[in-house]
Amino acid sequence: MSGHEDTYKPQSGIAKWMDSRLPIARMMHGQFVDFPTPRNLNYLWTFGGILTFCLATQIVTGIVLAMHYVPSATEAFDSVERIRRDVNYGWLIRSIHAVGASMFFFAVYVHIFRGLYYGSYKAPREVLWILGVFIYLAMMATAFLGYTLPWGQMSFWGATVITNFFSAIPIVGETVVVWLWGGYSVTTVTLNRFFSLHYLLPFVIAGLVALHIWALHVAGQNNPTGLDVKTKSDTVPMTPYAVMKDVFALAIFAMLFAWFVFFLPDYLGHADNYVEANPLVTPPHIVPEWYFLPFYAILRAVPDKLGGVILMFAAVAILAFAPWLDTSRVRSTKYRPIYRWFFWLFLISCLALGYLGSKPAEGVYVMWARIFTFYYFAHFLLVMPIVGIIETPSSMPRSISEAVLGKGGGKGAPAAVPASPEKR
Amino acid sequence: MLKIVRAVILAGAIAAPAAAHAAGGDIEIPRQNWSFNGITGMYDEAQLQRGFQVFKEVCAACHGMKRIAFRTLYERGGPEFPEEAVKALAATYQVTDGPNDDGKMFQRPAKASDRWPSPYANEKEARSIHNGAYPPDLSVIAKARGVANVSPWWKHVFWDMPRDVVTGYQAGGADYLYAILTGYTDPPAGFQLSDGMNYNKYFAGHQIAMANPFAGGDGQVTYTKGPDGKPTAPETVEQYAKDVSAFLMWAADPVLEQRKQMGWTVLLYLLVTSVLLYIAKKRIWAAAH
Repeated sequence: MSGHEDTYKPQSGIAKWMDSRLPIARMMHGQFVDFPTPRNLNYLWTFGGILTFCLATQIVTGIVLAMHYVPSATEAFDSVERIRRDVNYGWLIRSIHAVGASMFFFAVYVHIFRGLYYGSYKAPREVLWILGVFIYLAMMATAFLGYTLPWGQMSFWGATVITNFFSAIPIVGETVVVWLWGGYSVTTVTLNRFFSLHYLLPFVIAGLVALHIWALHVAGQNNPTGLDVKTKSDTVPMTPYAVMKDVFALAIFAMLFAWFVFFLPDYLGHADNYVEANPLVTPPHIVPEWYFLPFYAILRAVPDKLGGVILMFAAVAILAFAPWLDTSRVRSTKYRPIYRWFFWLFLISCLALGYLGSKPAEGVYVMWARIFTFYYFAHFLLVMPIVGIIETPSSMPRSISEAVLGKGGGKGAPAAVPASPEKR
Repeated sequence: MLKIVRAVILAGAIAAPAAAHAAGGDIEIPRQNWSFNGITGMYDEAQLQRGFQVFKEVCAACHGMKRIAFRTLYERGGPEFPEEAVKALAATYQVTDGPNDDGKMFQRPAKASDRWPSPYANEKEARSIHNGAYPPDLSVIAKARGVANVSPWWKHVFWDMPRDVVTGYQAGGADYLYAILTGYTDPPAGFQLSDGMNYNKYFAGHQIAMANPFAGGDGQVTYTKGPDGKPTAPETVEQYAKDVSAFLMWAADPVLEQRKQMGWTVLLYLLVTSVLLYIAKKRIWAAAH
């Protein structure tokens, strides 16, 4: 894909001068203007752009919040209240940042399940997919660190519980935890380093995103048929086609975002986090943010602490092995009559684990959490390898353009789409 | 220390929810019809003013409200008392300032920019007065409390959650406060009440350290009279509880009105933009199909 024809022609003298020294405009033109995108992409493919928007929003609002926030156990909670009450539009910036974290995860989950459904992790996109898993991991770390900063009860006890995972490591566990805390409990020292790392990690994510996009532009985008791009008529130039669609989808996404920012700013949070952190009082329910609930359910489904922690991390890590666990010859689940059912079962399992993670770990909840945890892993370790071998794919179109325009290419042969439709 | 922390976490993460369940589980809190409910609701100024009166005459004896500046009582979006009245009220409170040029702290009347003074010198003093209990600061109490969903899972997921998102339900804290304030009843027969505790049907575990603040019953607080010589609102415990809960919601969420107004502007802008973008997208893609 990166080998497509270079159509960049510098117009002005300055552009020509620049082009022979640092051809950045040529690169941008090749990668984001006439870059060929499959013509059959549906709206699920707009979430890459939406996620870039989410990252940018979090970084911009986060930088402004950091100008007013005080990372200290005695002042953090007060400083957040000052932002809400006394900083000009502080309530708005904070609300966008807090809701933005949830929107970011909502978008990333759509993006991940899109990849799973259409087999976007399969060759030649394994590295692209693994970079995505790293981005997801970095997002989880950033979100966790950020949630400790307001220094409410959930911040404090969440930080205590999560860092305690590392104490499950045999022999060195306790030492590691003391090292993470910078002391013998979660204190202002811990808060300071969490703030520092929370500011650092988004830029790590931005770097990973650059690699992710690079890898995407080498392999080219997957598409709903999962077929490779064969001819020029299978694609349209990224600008204006894909960009226009992305921008429209982004506007719709922004409406959902705004609904929560303005009408439900606290719906996705937890009331206990408006209680200032108190190391002497444990909240009755320690519950993570919604986007971590499935993993929390997996953690608590295992009676053994070390086992629970291992399984929880494995639940994320196993995603990275999907390219090799899936033995199917075709990418898109659209043409996989058996696997299709298992895909939806997997999605339901993840949602069910999310619900169970919000409930106390007792009685029937634990039993169901174990059942769905079993299926979560069975999906990767049993279903993906076995179904891929035994299944016969249903009949597929021969090419992307046939999928869009029908056999014979609709009204005559599909002509290559002009780059600028108004100049037809 | 590490071991103690771990023990506390284990106790908290496992034992406490189990104990709550053993004690009857989460309690259903009825929802109230607040003026600030939903995606369009705004505060009722008169109610906030009455609520402030109840707070000042009843709650403030034991509870602080340290994040609320006097000035917010006359600023837009709140009770909107007359500015002069608020300044006069502030002046009746003494706050500690300093040190002065002699290095001494001194007392002076509060100004509009000062925060509501705490009734206690510190938490230890509060606990020693209240039998070991600490009356929490009420600045954000309406956001620090909420209502638990007690529906079965299918109703919770497929009905309650979508309904709350669509209707913009954010009044859980006010609902909870109203329930607690009106939830004082005699304990059921056989209920073992600990020493110095009070029975409340909506409080988790039903034992609450706070005594019924409206033990004086109807008429405990005298509301201002209207031109007809009658009180502007019924002088009942339910009305007091309702008014003060609304006031505390404002204290915790002073930008609610500005937030919702801006929300509609932003949504309208995005809606128009989306329509235009959709038309543009349709036109561009017309050539590709």
